[in-house]
Amino acid sequence: MDQHQALLTYCLRRGDDNLILSHRLGEWCGHGPQLEEDIALTNRALDLIGQARNYLQYAAEVEGKGRTEDDLAFLRSERQFVNTMLVEQLNGDYAHTICRSFLYDAWHLPLQQALTKSADERIAAIAGKAVKEVSYHLRTSSEWMIRFGDGTEESHVRAQTALDALWTFTGDLFVQDDVDAILVKAGVVPDMAPIRSAFDKTVETVLAEATLERPVDGHMATGGRQGKHSEHLGYLLAEMQYLQRAHPGAQW
Amino acid sequence: MSENPNNWPLWEVFIQSKRGLDHKHVGSLHAADAQMAIENARDVYTRRQEGNSIWVVPASAISASNHDDGGMLFDPADDKTYRHPTFYQMPEGAKYI
Repeated sequence: MDQHQALLTYCLRRGDDNLILSHRLGEWCGHGPQLEEDIALTNRALDLIGQARNYLQYAAEVEGKGRTEDDLAFLRSERQFVNTMLVEQLNGDYAHTICRSFLYDAWHLPLQQALTKSADERIAAIAGKAVKEVSYHLRTSSEWMIRFGDGTEESHVRAQTALDALWTFTGDLFVQDDVDAILVKAGVVPDMAPIRSAFDKTVETVLAEATLERPVDGHMATGGRQGKHSEHLGYLLAEMQYLQRAHPGAQW
Repeated sequence: MSENPNNWPLWEVFIQSKRGLDHKHVGSLHAADAQMAIENARDVYTRRQEGNSIWVVPASAISASNHDDGGMLFDPADDKTYRHPTFYQMPEGAKYI
């Protein structure tokens, strides 16, 4: 694999993470627990769509085969998606949705902060814009974790249940392979070790305040970066891609 | 504040659109506490670059005049035009007076 191929894959991974999580959050649109929270959550979904577009546009340019961001989003199949497994997990109850975002945000913020120093100017610029948005995402998801964990007995149980269920997908966030090795060497992307430390620190601080227990690191489900997903992604794509599949090239 | 434990209390939201201007009332929303009210206000009322500062006030903390007292309170000012500063020249360039 050369650096060009690695860069393409890396952009797809970043784009897919944001696209799939955005779609999941968007599923709450009109169903949020409060009107205000409904708007806040879908605002965050829109932030993520914007970040996904930035990375998929760049991926399309790097690939240079005439595909567009829309082709990449709507005409790739499940095994061609390289998002981390965490983001495709079902919404569940609101604690589950928030916990999934919290774990993602706790990893996403230090990653985007590090990417602002990327040797690739385009990636540095994308990250520079994303950092402000992601800082806010982490703040709100942390606050909700604390509200749930340190709230009522029921909210505490729901938050802990969500955390226990999702923890197995956190390992996939830190998997590094040839793609990362080539780009780390070129100074395009950061090594994961400091990102892991930042993630651990955020999780420790927030869970302590939320009176929640950090699950034990047991078996970690990995494979998202190689296109191996849980059963949920196929259904998500079937819904997300339906229109472009049924009416190719449809516009409005 | 709220009779119903399932409902978050109501907050009134004031947004300052630009430094130096006053905070204007833009509407209300529900939130569990002040911090959440500010964040909800950010998402509900500043999505289109409307502001750079947010105030929130519990709706229950606002005392309002009685609408039925309107005649007694406000009508007497109708014929006192001498209270309006219309006899002065506005200094040039003064936008916000």
